[in-house]
Amino acid sequence: MSVVTLEIDGKVCTGVSGETVFDVAWNNGVKIPRLCHIGGLPNIGACRLCLVEVEGQKKLLPACITPVQEGMVVRTWSEKLIAHRRLIVELLFAERNHVCSVCVVNRNCELQDLAVELGLDHIRLRYQFPKLVADTSHERFGLDHNRCVLCTRCVRVCDEVEGAHTWDVSRRGALSQIIADLGEPWGESDTCTSCGKCVQVCPTGALFEKGKAVSEMRKDRGFLKYIVTAREKGQWIR
Amino acid sequence: MTVEELFDQQAAEVERQNALENRIYCCTAAGCVSCGSEAVRKAIGEEIKSQGLTGKVEVCGTGCMGLCSKGPLVRTSKDDALYGGVDVSNAAALVSAPETLAPLRIDTSAPFFIKQKKIVLGNSGRVDPEKIMDYIAAGGYQALARACTELGPAGTLDEVKKSGLRGRGGAGYPTGLKWELVARQPGDVKYVVCNADEGDPGAFMDRSVLEGDPHRVLEGMAIAAYAVGAQQGYIYVRGEYALAIQRLQLAIRQAERERLLGNRILDSAFQFRVDLRIGAGAFVCGEETALLASIEGRRGQPRPRPPYPPEAGLWGKPTLINNVETFANIPPLIQNGGEWFASTGTATSKGTKVFALAGKIANTGLIEVPMGTPLREILFDIGGGVPGGLEFKAAQTGGPSGGCIPAEFLDTPVDYESLARIGSIMGSGGLIVMDSSSCMVDVARFFMEFCMDESCGKCIPCRAGTVQMHDILLRMTKGEASSRDMAILEELCTLLRETSLCGLGQTAPNPVVSTLRYFRPEYEMHIRDHRCPAGLCEMKGNEGGAR
Amino acid sequence: MDPVNRKPSLATVWLGGCSGCHMSFLDLDERLIELAPLVEVKASPLTDYKDFPEVDITLVEGAVANRDHLEHIRTIRKRSKVLVSFGDCAVTGNVTGMRNAFSVPDCINRSYRDNSAVVVGIPSGNSVVPELLERAHPVHEVVDVDYYLPGCPPDGDAIHQLLVDLLNGRAPSSDGRRFG
Ligand SMILES: Cc1cc2nc3c(=O)[nH]c(=O)nc-3n(C[C@H](O)[C@H](O)[C@H](O)COP(=O)(O)O)c2cc1C
Ligand code: SF4
Ligand code: SF4
Ligand code: SF4
Ligand code: FES
Repeated sequence: MSVVTLEIDGKVCTGVSGETVFDVAWNNGVKIPRLCHIGGLPNIGACRLCLVEVEGQKKLLPACITPVQEGMVVRTWSEKLIAHRRLIVELLFAERNHVCSVCVVNRNCELQDLAVELGLDHIRLRYQFPKLVADTSHERFGLDHNRCVLCTRCVRVCDEVEGAHTWDVSRRGALSQIIADLGEPWGESDTCTSCGKCVQVCPTGALFEKGKAVSEMRKDRGFLKYIVTAREKGQWIR
Repeated sequence: MTVEELFDQQAAEVERQNALENRIYCCTAAGCVSCGSEAVRKAIGEEIKSQGLTGKVEVCGTGCMGLCSKGPLVRTSKDDALYGGVDVSNAAALVSAPETLAPLRIDTSAPFFIKQKKIVLGNSGRVDPEKIMDYIAAGGYQALARACTELGPAGTLDEVKKSGLRGRGGAGYPTGLKWELVARQPGDVKYVVCNADEGDPGAFMDRSVLEGDPHRVLEGMAIAAYAVGAQQGYIYVRGEYALAIQRLQLAIRQAERERLLGNRILDSAFQFRVDLRIGAGAFVCGEETALLASIEGRRGQPRPRPPYPPEAGLWGKPTLINNVETFANIPPLIQNGGEWFASTGTATSKGTKVFALAGKIANTGLIEVPMGTPLREILFDIGGGVPGGLEFKAAQTGGPSGGCIPAEFLDTPVDYESLARIGSIMGSGGLIVMDSSSCMVDVARFFMEFCMDESCGKCIPCRAGTVQMHDILLRMTKGEASSRDMAILEELCTLLRETSLCGLGQTAPNPVVSTLRYFRPEYEMHIRDHRCPAGLCEMKGNEGGAR
Repeated sequence: MDPVNRKPSLATVWLGGCSGCHMSFLDLDERLIELAPLVEVKASPLTDYKDFPEVDITLVEGAVANRDHLEHIRTIRKRSKVLVSFGDCAVTGNVTGMRNAFSVPDCINRSYRDNSAVVVGIPSGNSVVPELLERAHPVHEVVDVDYYLPGCPPDGDAIHQLLVDLLNGRAPSSDGRRFG
């Protein structure tokens, strides 16, 4: 483990080799936007919100999977990056049916937070209004595909932390959908242990606890870290 | 077999074939099969029997002879001639007196033939893909023998580097460099993978090679495995290619039986097994990391690179991935040396390229030309130009990742750099010709629809961006789009290029960008005047509500 | 705005929405009294105008959901110097747009036949009940919009801030605004 010094947005930062640009930036107070990344789960570099500019690199690099290197010069906010991020968030809002005013996580939603952070006040793209359903067959939880951003946090936490691998993605492109087991109603899944980890890591109102009304669902954001620390260090601390 | 046996068998088979009175090659590739060549072949077989010429005359099926628009095609050794538009009634004559079929004879000194140069397709139409002896008679597996006995792994690698060969799967990465990267990796478990997913709409180059000359690809893979130190290979073929799969399976069995694959190849310590993996028809599975995931039995989705497959590929092991045509170039390259190979082509693009001509062109089919051949020569001399008296409008290369080339650039030499300079790409070899009846906005829409349907859905820019771009293009073709939509379309082009995870999303805007570059007024007419200059789009005007 | 003498004029319009945004506007309470002398209200859902007037600022609540809305918003756009999408239904389609995943006949049947105890009739779109558009549109899909005030409904402070900014000839600040 060696210490690595790099520059992020003009600020000299230090990290440890093997750490990602994303983690080092956050540890140094530079908050790079993200959606698919969540500490404690393997990264997939899929949402592209954390893309940053690295000097000497032609392509934009996803901070969540790019390891830090000595002498790296990183820019996390530029006009170009902001424009890209705004458009990506617009794409997400237009893709499915986000009717915030009637959503269980209204005002407690990572997608909304991104929109606010990026200063969006309307979506220039055509809303697609896909016809999607909610699976409420589980005793305690629900999955509303209308709100899903396909970040696959639920898939990963279920597979990698709970070890159940109940969730997966079926079909492709815009038709992609999260499915339980081989496409059964969640309530009939043989593998689901009802642990609720997926609900907590889900950034939006797609996965929710039943019985919660508009704006009532609060996700426990520290939950995953708690479990991962316990698993890795044997310490049950918050 | 040993190296000596290989040469002995070649000599014996050549002698046997030369002793025949007539050997009839009947094209049984998809194009000719679809106009009845199987029946012709059967009729010829029966004729041979009924004329009592068994043992003296022989009929065999072959891969594509190129001029698909004149099928079914038959070649006869007796008079060394090619006949087109043949049917069962010609069978008797083909067996004993082909010269009486003069009206069906195709002039092989026409530009279509003489302007081509066949390296990859050298055997296509000349060997029976189901008989390993045919391939051996044509000098097959001698390059592998040369690599194993004369060159050694390092020498083999050197020849490939010297040749300047670049990958034919689309991106044009130098093949020698890629092999070297894999060869340099430590560890003794490495893989060689042949990418036969060929998903571009209208492309069938790889299928033709696999159907017409499967041993060539196997030999190329074996040479690669020898050079990089791999013992296991996979061919990832798309499931739709049933015939190619069947021929490959047969070819692998034959090669294993002759000890040209498997253990103790050519009686040496080198071993290399090849297995097939069948794709389920997803374009994105042609992308190398998605392909690897699919071989591993996971969902066929790309992952960010680095690490690149030469460092961490199949099951985390160093993996060499090349395209079918890339591997098909290897045997002649090794046989004749890298310098020989480099003598064809341009400074940075060596060798030949196979193209599938399609669309508004007289000679649709498969051709092979030296790199650097001007587009005009390919389309007009070889392709025979635009039929039906309409005017040439554009040529599309590179499929959904490529661009449209307008008439003013017809003199561009076809090589990697020149095509990139005019906003297109070499791609894998699809070449679609459009005439004045084609609407460029609709062409862009068509390719965008393809990308939208084929997006794997992993990253947001491609998954949701292609949907929005298609939505805008579709509304343009209906006369329902505004100049604001145009601005957003261009923003999305930049977004997808710069932020998509894999090549599919990164290149999906290319057809839009290139048609905007050369045919912008056509877009503007759709938007401003609700008019389609090609007369193709039906405009309803804009009373529906939204702008 | 004509700086010489005239007070800036304001209109508020109610399209396909629930009137909640207007209620929130009224929730400005005593601040309304401060604002009142600064503007001339030329049209609102409570005024009986035959023809939409020329105004400086128009706040539009609601999505563009039917033929009447469509005609109306086009006129409004022509006669307003500054047009504000006021509240989520105007900005995103929101609840009004939730029918967009379904076809118009399906929606009509659902409302007037399936869910109705007594079926009186199905609006034919010819007279009193205007014909539904195929989709309910956010306002900016139909006409140019200058500013957006999201929220369901936008809260009083945000409305107040927007009006104060506009009346002072400034672009509205985004403080306190929350999309979604
Ligand atoms: C969306 C996508 C589809 C692709 N499809 C193919 C394909 O069908 N066949 C192929 O050989 N390469 C395909 N490629 C390129 C491969 O990723 C890879 O670069 C290639 O197989 C390498 O071989 P080469 O160096 O011999 O060209 C595709 C790439 C992308 C991004
Ligand atoms: S998930 Fe978030 S963005 Fe989507 S409707 Fe709910 S609150 Fe709004
Ligand atoms: S359900 Fe939630 S966690 Fe799972 S993919 Fe959708 S948004 Fe992500
Ligand atoms: S660019 Fe498209 S195909 Fe490639 S990873 Fe992203 S969604 Fe999948
Ligand atoms: S957070 Fe890095 S790509 Fe999603």
